[in-house]
Amino acid sequence: MHPASSSPDSATLSPQELSIHLRTMLLIRRFEERLDELFASGVIKGTSHLYAGQEAVATGVCSLLSHDDYITSTHRGHGHFLAKGGSAPALMAELFGKATGPSKGRGGSQHVADYAVGFLGSNGITAGGLPIATGAALAVQMRQQRETGNGKRETGNTNPRLPTSIPQQTACVASFFGEGGANQGTFHESLNMAAVWKLPILFICENNLYAMSTRLDEASSGPTIAARAAGYGIQGAVVDGTDFFAVRAAVEKAVERARCGDGPTLLEMHTYRYYGHSKSDKREYRTRAEEDDWRTRDCIEKLCAAIGLEAADFEAMDAEVMREVDEAVAFAQSSAEPEVEDWESVIYA
Amino acid sequence: MREIYYSWALREAMAEEMERDPNVFVLGEDIAEYGGAFKVTQGLVEKFGRARVRNTPISENTICGVGVGAAIVGMRPIVDIMFQDFITLAMDQIVNHAAKFHYMYGGQCRVPVVFRTPAGGGRCYGPTHSQSLEAWFMHVPGLKVVAPATAYDAKGLLKSAIRDDNPVIFVESKLLYGIKGQVPEPDADGGDYTVPIGEAKVTREGEHLTIIAYSRMTGEAERAADALAQNGITCDVVDLRTLAPLDADTIAASVEKTGRALIVCEDCKTAGVSAEIMARVTEECFDFLQAPPRRVAAADTPVPCADTLEKAALPDAQNIIDAATALIQQYS
Ligand SMILES: Cc1ncc(C[n+]2csc(CCOP(=O)(O)OP(=O)(O)O)c2C)c(N)n1
Repeated sequence: MHPASSSPDSATLSPQELSIHLRTMLLIRRFEERLDELFASGVIKGTSHLYAGQEAVATGVCSLLSHDDYITSTHRGHGHFLAKGGSAPALMAELFGKATGPSKGRGGSQHVADYAVGFLGSNGITAGGLPIATGAALAVQMRQQRETGNGKRETGNTNPRLPTSIPQQTACVASFFGEGGANQGTFHESLNMAAVWKLPILFICENNLYAMSTRLDEASSGPTIAARAAGYGIQGAVVDGTDFFAVRAAVEKAVERARCGDGPTLLEMHTYRYYGHSKSDKREYRTRAEEDDWRTRDCIEKLCAAIGLEAADFEAMDAEVMREVDEAVAFAQSSAEPEVEDWESVIYA
Repeated sequence: MREIYYSWALREAMAEEMERDPNVFVLGEDIAEYGGAFKVTQGLVEKFGRARVRNTPISENTICGVGVGAAIVGMRPIVDIMFQDFITLAMDQIVNHAAKFHYMYGGQCRVPVVFRTPAGGGRCYGPTHSQSLEAWFMHVPGLKVVAPATAYDAKGLLKSAIRDDNPVIFVESKLLYGIKGQVPEPDADGGDYTVPIGEAKVTREGEHLTIIAYSRMTGEAERAADALAQNGITCDVVDLRTLAPLDADTIAASVEKTGRALIVCEDCKTAGVSAEIMARVTEECFDFLQAPPRRVAAADTPVPCADTLEKAALPDAQNIIDAATALIQQYS
């Protein structure tokens, strides 16, 4: 259990703010649980990579970002989408392949974006988002330098899921990827380039131990992923990704560095995905005992305990979240199928 | 009008667009003070500074991805890939990201990025510095592919590419960089011209044969056409200028008029640009054809280094003359 007193953040965040973040985590959890059922029963076609278990990472990171800040995501992107402020019904509609999805059914689970909230897209290419995020960070830096001469600016927070106005000097970018993705060339190229140019960016490695079936130590050399930061001369840290407050504390410092022009940070969040890699995965590469062990450190339970939430209050919140998921499914089900378009007229902008 | 090098025309296009739009910037390896491997960007850094004429590490995939990432949030990057051969390292960011974002994110974003890159052989650079890979990009929906043959078109098309809201693969020719052509003075009447993407141009008119070419092969085709005219064979030369989207109408109009088509491309024959043009001509102009369409293309080999071997592998005006003469003799 995370003792509430050990976190300076539990003091700085108001009870209302804490409750908003907890609710986001719960929404992601219930959304993914429902998806698992919908895929298993064949209501939704295709495949999906569920984020359940990792909620504290997306929520903790995005709780410190506004809509003016950008994130790039991965194949396991529903949590990032919701935490950044994307709409649950719209996401569900995309998964149902409906015209009302943000990608109009063309993208599906791995290719969904919401530019209005700064979510630049989930990505079916492992670690494909890192160069994109680096480019967005370069754009932010270039515009800042052009406008102010020194790269600083004040903006308000516009994320509806976030209660307070976050004062910020310059926009920043967070790029999510897995520990498996950290072995792609884009990881090296992007961290190096972002470090050379001191870009306002956070590289968030969600280390959930397995890349499909491949365990971390089978594919990655070196003590930790975060240790690689030293090779680029940037800050890196290993963070308990099941602890919302630990995530926030690390991200807060990294965001500060980014906004102040001190360049990128690499954060390695230790976390665990509760479901298999994708729909058909029987999880034969890991033990049930290991899974049970990680569940004793469940990020939602820890946050509930840390803020001392009463069982009745939790149940009320849960019922509300479940209703939201029901409504998302209803919206998706009642939405129209996409029209078959004249391909040539839609492939170009 | 004045005569300027193809490479200067490209530089002028970039400078004018950077002047016009603060969101335009150039990034690539050794493009700042060094001016790029072929000196195309020479002088730009002095004018626009190192933020907008940005040297990068040697990381082609991420250079292209950074271009895409900057483009989707409002910039208009021009990515400089030193040799087209090196674009193979960036296939993921170009094919899976640049080409797809607009479509797959439901039209939420635009990807106004230009990937400039010199293709082709003729300089004895050998197998990894001489390829013509543009057919690969024609195959990917969402990309535009442009390949100018003259200084005038190089400038006008590059300006159009920079203003376009889609990713454009801008294929330059190493051998054309040092060729001069007529380009209006920037401040003269019509000096701020652009050449529209997607429009081919008939550069020679004749009645017996249509020669279809692009980039450096357009000049070879024109030289061949001039020589053939001496022997009474007159040709239309269609300079494609844009490979995607292809100007099928201009091709068809010419082939329907002449009844014969010879397609000339510097890339390898198998599954190359010429294969696609051949298929279109066959599908769309079959009833007008008086002879089977023919191709003159590079041999299906890595481009060899030694001058003798390279000359043997790549098409030239003489190959075109021979193929045209044989075609006319066989089907007249
Ligand atoms: C370029 C590429 N290679 C392989 C895959 C197949 N694939 C999808 S997810 C995945 C594992 C990724 O692991 P990690 O980055 O750790 O993320 P996690 O699934 O654990 O969230 C693999 C191999 C892919 N989508 N893209």
